[in-house]
Amino acid sequence: MLEIKNIEKTYEGKPLLKKVSFTIEEDETVSLLGSSGSGKSTLLRIIAGLEDAEGGQVFWKGEDLAEIPAHKRHFGLMFQDYALFPHKNVSENIAFGLRMQNRPAEEIEQRVKEALETINMVDFKDRKVTELSGGEQQRVALARALAPEPRLLMLDEPLGALDRTLREQLSRELRRILRDTKVPAIYVTHDQEEAFSIADRLMLLHDGKILQNGKPHEIYQHPKNVWVAKFFGLGNLIEGKVRERSPLIVETPLGKIEANCDGDTPQFGEAASLLFRPNQACINEADCMNTFSGEVIDQLFQGDDYHVMLRINENIPLFNIRLKEPVQIGDRVKIAYHPEDILCLSNGENEL
Amino acid sequence: MDRILDGDSSSVNWLKSLSRNPNWRALAFWVLPILFLGFFFYQPLLALFNLLISPEWGFSLANLNLSKIWEPLRFTTFQAVLSTLLTLLIGLPGAWLFTHFNFPGKKILKLLTTLPFILPTVVVAAGFNALLGPRGWVNLGLMALFDLQSPPIQFLNTFGAILTAHVFYNTTIIIRVVSSAWSQQNIRLKHAAKVLGASPWQTFKEVTFPLLRPSVLAGTLLVFLFNFTSFGVVLMLGGPQFATLEVEIYIQALHLLNLPLASALSILQLFITLLITIAHRRLSGQRDVQISPRSQEIGLRKPKKGLERLVVIILVVTLFSLLVAPLASLALRSFIKLEASRGERGEIQRGFTLRYYQELGINRRGALFYVPPIAAARNSFIFALITIIITGFLGLLVAYALLQSSPINAFLDPLLMLPLGASAITLGLGFIIVFNRPPFSDINFPILLPIAHSLVALPFVVRTLSPALQSIPYSLRSAAKVLGAHPFRVWLEVDLPLLKPSLLVSIIFALTISLGEFGASTFLSRPEYPTLPVAIFRYISQPGALNYGQALAMSTILMTVCAGGILLIERLRMPGKDFF
Repeated sequence: MLEIKNIEKTYEGKPLLKKVSFTIEEDETVSLLGSSGSGKSTLLRIIAGLEDAEGGQVFWKGEDLAEIPAHKRHFGLMFQDYALFPHKNVSENIAFGLRMQNRPAEEIEQRVKEALETINMVDFKDRKVTELSGGEQQRVALARALAPEPRLLMLDEPLGALDRTLREQLSRELRRILRDTKVPAIYVTHDQEEAFSIADRLMLLHDGKILQNGKPHEIYQHPKNVWVAKFFGLGNLIEGKVRERSPLIVETPLGKIEANCDGDTPQFGEAASLLFRPNQACINEADCMNTFSGEVIDQLFQGDDYHVMLRINENIPLFNIRLKEPVQIGDRVKIAYHPEDILCLSNGENEL
Repeated sequence: MDRILDGDSSSVNWLKSLSRNPNWRALAFWVLPILFLGFFFYQPLLALFNLLISPEWGFSLANLNLSKIWEPLRFTTFQAVLSTLLTLLIGLPGAWLFTHFNFPGKKILKLLTTLPFILPTVVVAAGFNALLGPRGWVNLGLMALFDLQSPPIQFLNTFGAILTAHVFYNTTIIIRVVSSAWSQQNIRLKHAAKVLGASPWQTFKEVTFPLLRPSVLAGTLLVFLFNFTSFGVVLMLGGPQFATLEVEIYIQALHLLNLPLASALSILQLFITLLITIAHRRLSGQRDVQISPRSQEIGLRKPKKGLERLVVIILVVTLFSLLVAPLASLALRSFIKLEASRGERGEIQRGFTLRYYQELGINRRGALFYVPPIAAARNSFIFALITIIITGFLGLLVAYALLQSSPINAFLDPLLMLPLGASAITLGLGFIIVFNRPPFSDINFPILLPIAHSLVALPFVVRTLSPALQSIPYSLRSAAKVLGAHPFRVWLEVDLPLLKPSLLVSIIFALTISLGEFGASTFLSRPEYPTLPVAIFRYISQPGALNYGQALAMSTILMTVCAGGILLIERLRMPGKDFF
């Protein structure tokens, strides 16, 4: 439905978006993830028509939107700061888009009422928006964006300004509303947990490009490179050099490690990083070649298991593992990884 | 055919990209204000310079009598320094009072401190006249009490009168500027100094005052500027023997018709005020650095017994009498008959009267060029209305120009604020030189008056509208756009309603400034079209209780309108924004 082709944009002379392309299909909630300053919001504003791209095109069902101004695109955008009109009350805010479409008064009233029911805020209809709490404002902003029945809904860090408990509750509510309305949505966030919980598909925006695009579990299991693994905090990353290609052996400060990789095997001598997921460490298992030991520096009980921090040697950062049984601080622990659990990732971001 | 279409769409694109370029957008908004300022401010200003060097007036710097410049400059500076020092003497303790104590009547006093800023000079002069003048309360009271034949206190036409009126005007500026800085000072700094062993005096010397200094300096400079350019007060209370630069320009231009000397004085004055204005802006910039989280209500207390209490009582009484006495005597005096009218003999009826107000609409003399006061009021309100329209329109344009993120704003903004430094007298003189010829003949001369008023009021209007406009989050407009609002609709639904309070404040500013403006009006108002201040000036100096009473009645009306206006502004103004 929505197709973005080679969008380019510079910010203060530096390239911000470098030929970004992707599509959004019907009924799909796609999360656009990226660290702050990666150009996520800019991309949304370009799609909305609030900002001009310096290159590339935006298509809706094959139609180029270049000449269509923002107010004629029928897209919904929920702003990071909500942008509720402070001089209008809750109902007037929600009715705004409907009024702009010149809908009859009775219909506007009816739809505002429905929208208020959807967000469970019927009693708030005459309240000033400046008197609402952050969570209430967030819900009004959502209702306002959805009321005119946009063809596409864009949400710019919609939960960013809220505290943690409220965020979890509202994220559930948001998911329900998005599912019920079936409007295709682009959900911009820098928080991977939020993205995982709400999106059918994730797109990672990094260095002006879509670095990886896929279903949440695919990205989780098969991060494309070191940056992706780091961004999602998938585990310990140890740098090394490829010494053998079959089987894949990488020389690291931990010693020579046998690992596996997705797709093409890296070249001999190439720099690569190994991903050790904390929950896949085997403790005191000697029948495996990837064995090393470290001193327990710290231990945190986290409900299901113990998060243990190991110092293996001075050349690598502290190593995180998760254990079912507690250990003693100061103990030496021997851990092992099966080669199929160690993912070899390329350092370079020049592929793609 | 294709080629034509191509050309067409590329020109549309060209226009579109032009309209999105912030520089062009800013320029588009600037065009009219710049033309207005160029024609009505910079052209007269240039004419003043031109007059000095043009040979047709037979004027050269060589045969300029330097003492004619030196004498008013010396007196202007002297009275400004003295007035400023006296103002600080009352204003600084006043600021201390406001930021440290709760006392009965504080709210009223606080409200009163907003008044002088906007009160027309003629009203203040009339107020002091009604209090201390030969026909004022004090003199009439003493005469009645001791059965004297002539007023015992000589207040009018003294140096003391000028100083007193200046102190009345400017004390509140010091109080407001310094209090606002003082109340924003983090009280913990003071506590830290105390805990570290500093005595109260050491704390003040080492911590409190150094942090206040930029504000005190900024306030002092502002007060000095106002004193330096004082016109109405000096003219009406000082009398003929005291001439500041402003008064001298007025006398040279209108009475002695020595325009070259008048313009020489104007340029000198403009140069000095410009320097002061620049210094003030720099200091104001510095002031913003030290602002820490507000802790306004912390530290307010009731005065302790003893000396402190005595000092507080003296301060409160002084401030109350300074601010209230002249204004109250003005209002009261306009309703009470105390002396005989011209031609009235024998026992006179003293007491409450509405006669001065009733007489405002009557042309007693039947003279051709005599204009009843009510006509002056009507003129004033018409001029004010035109001023409101001009400043509102231009002010909005400038505010939108300043909203564009374009480097040209940095160049053009100071051009707009320069009229703030130029005195109204300079403006009036420039107008006379440039526009006293076709197409501006005597007949349409009144048009120039609201234009002059607009130049005076425009900086205030811009300073009101621009921050308000800038405080509207850009995302509100984006939200309206995305929700389907056409650009004009966005303006109508988002900008306009959010600007409403500031627009109202701008209107009140324009109204009160235009109603009270005296300097330029003395130059530009024709005898048959006087404004209220000009009429007050005429009536108050004429003999007879009726003329005097009418002058006071007009002043009271003007005071009421301005006071109502400033009180409304206080309620509407964005919190934390002050004009100094």
